[in-house]
Amino acid sequence: MSDRLDVRKTYKLVVNGAFTRSESGRSYEVTNAAGEFWANVAQGSRKDLRDAVRAARAAQAKWWAATAYNRGQVIYRLAEMAESRRAELAEHVAAAEGIDPAAAAASVGRGIDRIVWYAGWTDKVTQVFGGANPVAGPFFNFSLPVPCGVVGVVAPEDSSFEGFVDAVLAPLATGNAVVAIASETRPTPAILLGEMTTTADVPAGLCNVLSGRRDELAAALCTHEDVDGVDLAGAGDAAGALAVLAAGSIKRVLRARGHGRAGDDARRLRAFIETSTVWHTIGQ
Amino acid sequence: MDQVTTTPLRSAVGAEGAVWFAATNAVPRVESEIQLRSILASLSGVDAVGAEARAAKLATRSIKRASKLAALDLAISMVDLTTLEGADTPGRIASLCAKAARPDPNDHAVPAVAAVCVYPDLVASAKRFLGDAPVAVASVATAFPSGRASLSVKLADVAEAVAAGADEVDMVIDRGAFLSGRLGQVFDEIVAVKSACGSAHLKVILETGELVTYDNVRRASWLAMLAGADFIKTSTGKVPVAATPPVALVMLEAARDFAESTGEVVGVKLAGGIRSAKDAIRYLVIVNETAGSAWLTPERFRFGASSLLNDLLMQRLKQRRGAYVRPDEFSGD
Repeated sequence: MSDRLDVRKTYKLVVNGAFTRSESGRSYEVTNAAGEFWANVAQGSRKDLRDAVRAARAAQAKWWAATAYNRGQVIYRLAEMAESRRAELAEHVAAAEGIDPAAAAASVGRGIDRIVWYAGWTDKVTQVFGGANPVAGPFFNFSLPVPCGVVGVVAPEDSSFEGFVDAVLAPLATGNAVVAIASETRPTPAILLGEMTTTADVPAGLCNVLSGRRDELAAALCTHEDVDGVDLAGAGDAAGALAVLAAGSIKRVLRARGHGRAGDDARRLRAFIETSTVWHTIGQ
Repeated sequence: MDQVTTTPLRSAVGAEGAVWFAATNAVPRVESEIQLRSILASLSGVDAVGAEARAAKLATRSIKRASKLAALDLAISMVDLTTLEGADTPGRIASLCAKAARPDPNDHAVPAVAAVCVYPDLVASAKRFLGDAPVAVASVATAFPSGRASLSVKLADVAEAVAAGADEVDMVIDRGAFLSGRLGQVFDEIVAVKSACGSAHLKVILETGELVTYDNVRRASWLAMLAGADFIKTSTGKVPVAATPPVALVMLEAARDFAESTGEVVGVKLAGGIRSAKDAIRYLVIVNETAGSAWLTPERFRFGASSLLNDLLMQRLKQRRGAYVRPDEFSGD
């Protein structure tokens, strides 16, 4: 018999840099891959989602106002935070995905390496996706990638950590704010990463993580008129219908092509940037 | 229904004070500071814990769809759309007035707001831009927001606003005088301003954030009503603590009790810090449960606000569209 009582954790939403229970007061049980009880998780509501979008909108301006170099440092710090909680993440990934501890540790390692990789991208996005254009006149003409704004992410249902990292870090690295709906059945690794963002010097509200019923949240995310783009990586069969909802407010939509396919990296990075064109006279 | 602090006048006014009302059943003529003190001293104290608990309890009421739609429209019609900035210009007033007359240009079913609230020097502009729209012009006056000027300066301020055409005057009380116990001075000032207002309605700003206790809020409310206020108003919006639910509860109780004992109806205006439709609806619940449904009209209840209007419009549109709306769907102020 243990001489300590268990300190059990309820996994909460990460909204505006705070850990909140759902406004609705609801929670649901998450099981591990073997079907045993794993954790109680907050079940986010549409109002939580609305609050998250509002927070994201406010945070995005601060994030984009920071230098690209600084954004890279902040994302690198997120990797540092994840690194020191590797064992915990691996335990959750193993339970969620039903894989052996070694495979889970390897998956978490790859995910953290991806965070570092995205940290490196922040000050290279402009060079790779922007450029100087030839024009028929005495002008410079530049194409500059700028973030869309607030990006909604329906995270992959199966890949609870690696898939979440890719879906969330790509828009963050290009200067967007994110409202992510974690995997419904395997949310805890995503929630842990959300917790880490609050200790990584990320502006409060930049990266919001909601757990709950996908059917309920994804539709509200796609119809929300103040969301500028959605990544439907984990929407599965509902992706088509959700894309139609997103079209109502002319959002950019990224559909899944299967995690880890060749060329997916650039596709993700490019998905939520827009091109601003600047003309400037050549000095006389 | 739990009635924690809703003490009707029978209990709010002690035996001594009851004498003043029993004789008249009308607003008593206050002849001296001693008499005023006696009336105010006879008011029972506010149960602070009870007031806060009841306000919090009322905030948990869930207002469902049809009622919410009605409440949003009602709240819009109660807004005193306010701009009280040093940087106000006639151009800014023009856009404010356009918005006040037709809050949502795409939907004519949205009611106009109750009034626009501006500084005295901009009253004439506001009058001109509003034309014959059913929107009143309210002007702050009496050395707003601090109220620290001599009576003659305050009266000149009021006279200027009224001459420019203000329909309503929002005056501030001298909190320094009130807190140091010079109640007669505060009373006389309100009486003087009231007579300077002529036909314009007088709203008396208590600045509850500076009155420290609920007891003071109750006394100041009674003092203002006895002196002839048409409305009592919480705040200037210029100090950190503005309208709060318990303060609204105390002031609404005062207005209800005053009407019950004197027959005179005085309105209540909440100002400062009310930014969301959710808060506005919570206040409407407090109004209904405290003063009663007779107060659910712009003649008796107002919100002094600027950003609140956009949130009301957004929630209204959300209810109709079924999707959350972009904040920039509506013009900023």
